[in-house]
Amino acid sequence: MEGLKLTNAELMVYIHPSKSGNKLKAICRELSSLLFQYDETFDGVLLAFDVTVKSKGAKILAGLNPYFGVKVEASLLLFNPKPNSLVEGKIVKISPETIHVIVLGFSAAVVTDIDIREEFKYRMRNGEDCFVSSSHKRHVLKVGTMLRLQVESFDEEVMHIAGSLLPANTGCVKWLEQQSEEALHMDRDDHKRRKIA
Amino acid sequence: MWRMGASEVLTDPSSLYDVGNGEYSDTYTMLTVRNALASVQNGESERYEELVQSMQIIKGADHAVWADLVTILNALSGSVACIDIINHRKLLSSVFGMSLWDLKPHVMEALYLDSCLNMLIGHFVPPRWVIDRLSQRRVIDQKTDVLSQVHGAILKISLLVPLAPSRLLPMLAQQMPKINKKDNVVVMYVENLFKLESSPIGQVGSSMLFMMVMERLRDLDLEIDWDDILQDDSSRGMFDMELEDTMNEGEENTSGGNVVFESLDKLMVISFDHLESCNLDGRLDQVFEKLFGAFENFILNTYKSKVSQFLMFYACSLDPENCGLKFASKLMDIFLSSNKPRPTRQVSVSPLWMSAVAYLASYLARGKFLPVSFVASVLKRLVDECADYCRTCNDDIRPEAHQIFYSGCQAIMYVLCFRMRSILNVPLFRSQLIPLESILMHRLNPLMVCLPSVVAEFLKQAKAGGMFVVSDAFIFDDLLESELSRAFGGPERLDTFFPFDSCLLKSSNSYISPNFIYWSMVRPTYEEDDDDEEDAEIIVNGDEESDEEEEEGDLDYSMNKMSITPKHSFKNKMERDGLLKMPSMIRPSISPQSF
Repeated sequence: MEGLKLTNAELMVYIHPSKSGNKLKAICRELSSLLFQYDETFDGVLLAFDVTVKSKGAKILAGLNPYFGVKVEASLLLFNPKPNSLVEGKIVKISPETIHVIVLGFSAAVVTDIDIREEFKYRMRNGEDCFVSSSHKRHVLKVGTMLRLQVESFDEEVMHIAGSLLPANTGCVKWLEQQSEEALHMDRDDHKRRKIA
Repeated sequence: MWRMGASEVLTDPSSLYDVGNGEYSDTYTMLTVRNALASVQNGESERYEELVQSMQIIKGADHAVWADLVTILNALSGSVACIDIINHRKLLSSVFGMSLWDLKPHVMEALYLDSCLNMLIGHFVPPRWVIDRLSQRRVIDQKTDVLSQVHGAILKISLLVPLAPSRLLPMLAQQMPKINKKDNVVVMYVENLFKLESSPIGQVGSSMLFMMVMERLRDLDLEIDWDDILQDDSSRGMFDMELEDTMNEGEENTSGGNVVFESLDKLMVISFDHLESCNLDGRLDQVFEKLFGAFENFILNTYKSKVSQFLMFYACSLDPENCGLKFASKLMDIFLSSNKPRPTRQVSVSPLWMSAVAYLASYLARGKFLPVSFVASVLKRLVDECADYCRTCNDDIRPEAHQIFYSGCQAIMYVLCFRMRSILNVPLFRSQLIPLESILMHRLNPLMVCLPSVVAEFLKQAKAGGMFVVSDAFIFDDLLESELSRAFGGPERLDTFFPFDSCLLKSSNSYISPNFIYWSMVRPTYEEDDDDEEDAEIIVNGDEESDEEEEEGDLDYSMNKMSITPKHSFKNKMERDGLLKMPSMIRPSISPQSF
């Protein structure tokens, strides 16, 4: 899955004097307030972090409340799906016009019928909504399927992804992987045959 | 392909909106509508206007059109058009109510998630015409329907957009109705908040929801001028005519339809009901933590609230072993945290721990469901703390400087006024109170500083119970308060603060009174034992076994007591003396003076 990256960052966290008793807790609190929000500086949505306090000394800011700044080194897990990148998520709802997906458990993604390629047709099977591929009968998209989709756009404010199933390498993850496995095998067989021949 | 088809339809859109003709295929209508919406982006709002117009005309629920609209919205990202439709929908929904809600879940585009949620919250309170007709059965059913769909919609949205709840909560706070002298809209809003709390959203937002409710309760509480209702007579002794009597009289006063009064009462009642349902679901324990957090934030530091704190009392009564004990320990912790080193500065405004210990004392005294052993253990801790304080202190009487000590002592004495007999009956508990004598005899002289009425009652009982002998210097002349007690009480008068005195709201009190110890139920130690008869012996919270038998007796007893509404006059000293001697049992035919 693209769009995830792990970065290291050197940060300066400013802490209120009342929290000087437990600095690590205060630092974690500060960084936690940034979770699941898009940050311009980090260029992505912060998903997780790990901090270590770098130095023992801290710089005290002049002012009414003498906040002090602690230097920390943090490794950050960031999520920033760029357009035309691929992401994966679980389908939670299917309707004739849309497929709703949740990516990484927090980001809502929608694929509308305009962006679903021709091969997929909406069907109602056993009371369940699903999209079935007309060319590959086994390729089915239903609620609970892990779906790989291409990112059209990403709204940073609400963590909303507009997705597309137009490219050929999108669809049910399991099925796609099976396909690539078989392709690999076939390649090997071909290769063997050619070798023998 | 779709787009090509749409352009073909451009020709004659107006024919689509003939009233009553709903037989167009879904896709066809969808195309047209999409087209219309898209056209706005191109600057041609004509089609869009037609669309909007058509929505106003169609009165019958033309579900197909609605369904399409929704899916269109989903497909497009044209912000202006979509938001307009949403505003429109607001207008229509107040007319149609029900059928709209099913469709909400589809609407999910980022740009109007917020306005969607806002709209849903806006429907927590029904429009005026519904409120006015709420007495009609049909309207009530409609309201239930709409609300269940609204909540269903919120849940569905949360399912599709995991971050929705976190966006929802600030909106809920913003849209909460303010206190209104004219109607109790707040109550309906809070009903919805509680519904949310029980739903999966509650897992995320419980604390915030409780904070909002507590804040409103406190605001309503402070709005009411309790002094008016209490008809405060400062010459009245504190342990005298318990407020259970005033309530029957007081009802006539408030029948003037004081809306704030009613709102508070109703709010308390639905809160009680919600707590009860939490208990039935088995999650009262977790809820209690959040409840206490809200209590600490809003009620604990508000010294004039008369009723809101009973929320905690009720929660404790539902689950005495867990919540009941937790409440006391948390209060104790707050009180003891006063011992941590603090910057030395004259504290002019009473600190939190003083209020905490007042709550603790009142709670231990009034909580019928609290086992004596627990009360004794808390008392022991208080006694030990005060004893420690005495050891390290060499000062004379200085009320402002030793507030911790005096409030601790008063707390102990107050609790013992209610529980003296049951505590002294058990040798272990009795022995735990031994340090009390030296505490009270210390140079700091708590007996002079603490509230005289409490001290007087306590000493009377202590003497009768044989706890220790006290010199006559401490028999006050029916003083309710003194200069010194005012000094230690501080500007908020925490010396006269007994937060769990009788609840003054009628419906709320019906929830509280089965678990409440009224002063009339207490048998002080100075009552002779040979008053015992076959009728129920009212012992304040004896052993657990005898509790069941006594409960009925208690109820009858208090019912009997309430049937007497004598007009007491405290101006007459003789009558006052007679009244101050509370008899252990009252039979309806006996007038107060015949002893």
